[in-house]
Amino acid sequence: MEDYVVEMLHITKEFPGIRANDDITLQLRRGEIHALLGENGAGKSTLMSVLFGLYQPDSGEIKKDGETVRIDDPNDANALGIGMVHQHFKLVHNFTVLQNIVLGVESTRHGLLKMDQARKRVLALSEQYGLRVEPDALISDITVGMQQRVEILKMLYRDNDILIFDEPTAVLTPQEIDMLMEIMRGLAKEGKSILFITHKLNEIMAVADRCTVLQRGRCIGTVDVKDTTREELSRMMVGRPVELELKKNEAHPGETALEVRGLSMWNRNRRKKLLDNINFHVRKGEIVCLAGIDGNGQSELIYALAGLRPIDEGTILLSGQDITRASVRKRNDSGLAHIPEDRHKDGLVLDYTLEENLVLKRYHTPAFQKHGFLDFRAIRENAERLIDAYDVRSGQGAATTVRSMSGGNQQKAIIAREVDTGSEVLLAVQPTRGLDVGAIENIQRELLNLRDQGRAILLVSLELEEVMSLPDRILVIYEGQIVAELDPKTVTSQELGLYMAGSKREEVVG
Amino acid sequence: MKKKLVSLIDSPGFLSAMSSISAIVLGLLFGFLILLISNPGQAVQGLGIILQGGFSGGAKGIGQVLYLATPIIMTGLAVGFAFKTGLFNIGTPGQFIVGAYVAIYIGVKWTFLGGVQWIVALLGATVAGGLWALIPGILKAYLNVHEVIASIMMNYIGMYTVNMLIKRTVYNSLKNQSMNVAATAEIPRFGMDKVFVNVKGNLMDTSTVNGGFFIAIAAAVVIYILLNKTKFGYELKACGANRFASRYAGINEKRTIVLSMVISGMLAGLGGGLLYLSGANGRHISVIDVLAEEGFNGISVALLGLNNPIGIVFSALFIAYITLGGNYLQRLAFMPEVINIIIAVIIYFAALSLVVRQVIMYLRRRREQRAAVKAAASEGGAQE
Repeated sequence: MEDYVVEMLHITKEFPGIRANDDITLQLRRGEIHALLGENGAGKSTLMSVLFGLYQPDSGEIKKDGETVRIDDPNDANALGIGMVHQHFKLVHNFTVLQNIVLGVESTRHGLLKMDQARKRVLALSEQYGLRVEPDALISDITVGMQQRVEILKMLYRDNDILIFDEPTAVLTPQEIDMLMEIMRGLAKEGKSILFITHKLNEIMAVADRCTVLQRGRCIGTVDVKDTTREELSRMMVGRPVELELKKNEAHPGETALEVRGLSMWNRNRRKKLLDNINFHVRKGEIVCLAGIDGNGQSELIYALAGLRPIDEGTILLSGQDITRASVRKRNDSGLAHIPEDRHKDGLVLDYTLEENLVLKRYHTPAFQKHGFLDFRAIRENAERLIDAYDVRSGQGAATTVRSMSGGNQQKAIIAREVDTGSEVLLAVQPTRGLDVGAIENIQRELLNLRDQGRAILLVSLELEEVMSLPDRILVIYEGQIVAELDPKTVTSQELGLYMAGSKREEVVG
Repeated sequence: MKKKLVSLIDSPGFLSAMSSISAIVLGLLFGFLILLISNPGQAVQGLGIILQGGFSGGAKGIGQVLYLATPIIMTGLAVGFAFKTGLFNIGTPGQFIVGAYVAIYIGVKWTFLGGVQWIVALLGATVAGGLWALIPGILKAYLNVHEVIASIMMNYIGMYTVNMLIKRTVYNSLKNQSMNVAATAEIPRFGMDKVFVNVKGNLMDTSTVNGGFFIAIAAAVVIYILLNKTKFGYELKACGANRFASRYAGINEKRTIVLSMVISGMLAGLGGGLLYLSGANGRHISVIDVLAEEGFNGISVALLGLNNPIGIVFSALFIAYITLGGNYLQRLAFMPEVINIIIAVIIYFAALSLVVRQVIMYLRRRREQRAAVKAAASEGGAQE
């Protein structure tokens, strides 16, 4: 008899039109790191929501320490010792680390807080598990890596011994990822059981003991990580062999398509420079990657280029034409395509249908309207062509409301729209974020195709693997300045990490 | 045939209509309760009168339903249109009354226009309503002042200004209201006075309904086409649904917000013109310090009509019908306020239409599941 802390047996959960979990069994041993691998829409989140009491399964049972339990809401889960670090941290930004950790389980005497006791316990826990935090720092002042450690401490403080990590490495630098892996190993050694949701195969190979793979709501199997390979895992996840190494032709850069000279931008109260004298260019037929830790000015720079935010100094040239003061429409029409960072906020009108979203940038052109009246047949044909070419999947085809589509397919729709305009310059901000291996492979290949066709691509990526494999040149941005231009063929990821963290810099001439 | 029916029942439009209709039914049930409490002896009779609505007034009554529906179709369209574009235009009372005043002013003073006087008066009303909404529109688009705050202010400014202007220019001091408009400023009746009339011997009791009703219907059709068929409608709805994505798409979202408010105001202003250009026994603006109720009723109409222009026409007709029924309630020992309570309850349930919709969805799903279970069971039985 195996020693399982949590067993989810034959869980089935159905939503209208889709069986999100179909007879899934997941058994978590005491003290193991168990990876949960699957593409988007494979049912990972649904399964975890069932475990967390957010959904009730249609059938199947959950056992804790061999006994059947009923989890009706997250409080029940908490009482059973199940804790979760969400992909987007749930922290109060203007509270201190300590306040965040005790939030909701404060110890009090006569209604007054007793923080001393809490502080002692937090310090003891952070000592025990090597989770270095500053108890009195404000969340808004600490790094993302430390915020994550605060989330982990929150679980430990609540005496949780089943810890769920939802895509924990997405926001970290290489050094921080290494540190997190170390922490996870330490937690497991202390007897904690860890469920590790991810789609990054390297991390599974590095840290997990076993791995359960889901595919389209079904459980494909559970394997011992030491007996398997990355190729095998990816094949189980996608259902077909996937090429993990990106095949790249030699780049043949042509003339300059996008040029930025001396671009600066201040923040709203003009106290701080968000972008400081940025100079660079992107040529036709090359992919240039803007690498950096999130929040170092990448978003601002892209917004400036796209015309969504005014700049204070500098010039932007698109194929030699000055577009510094041009409207968004003018830029779009003169050959600037943009895959935005936040697809829900900027990239899509979620309440519009797929076909309406696929003409979002071109509905005003003669192809789709005559005398102010929309040509619905042309819009439908355009949608069907793009859905076909880019394999965009949705419930009701062109007429599907985009809100009801999966993230990966929403992203595919944006890419289809932006690439199809035939624009010379493409701003691709985290085009593979939150996507699964199969989809990432397709999108990266598409970007390389476009490069080979002579498009100029400015890529912003936070994924280290992508930064190292996809571009022809890397520009490192740190605190609003470009601090290095690197060649992905020669630079190591450790060195790149140092530039990204600001501990190393070189003088770059645009 | 059956298949067609099923697809109709499954369509989202049907579901929306069902939620409004169930809101109405629930509202009426609640209303009956109120009737029971306030006057048990006549409650059943009272409910009968409410349900008969305009019909209890004979042909004239039906005409009056159309007459009362006309302005609230317009204000309903104003609210519904703005809402589709992401704006809550609560300034319809102001836009309505300013439009009404301009229509009356032109209708009284500009007799030199002759046969086109009523047309000019209506155009004046439309422009005035639009201008009144322009200010909150500009404040919203360029200074990020919430349109609700700005347009509520404009309501009061509009009401007091109109009261002042009426006293100075077109005042009937005997009745403390606006003067009758010239005959050439009345909206033509298109023969409706021949249809909607109660003849009692020699006495002709004519309804005040006129061609304004057709103009309101036309406005609803125009708004429907504008929203659903044109490039401009696409931009308007996109801005309403996601301002950021609209900006990203290259839409001038500030301009769109302003235009959306102006069009909404124009609809409300035209509504004011349509109500008041209707002869001596039609309505007049009373000089009292109360916001025009037709303005706020537009919110109810839009809500019950689910912001759909066609739905708004029907919900306006319904509210006019039941309001009239409420007036006839006074024949019994009821306060006419009862009908306002019932309408309010209906609106409450309409606002809860999402809940109602979910209940319908739930019932339908359960039915399907049961059918599926039954099918599976019978299949299993056959195998055994």
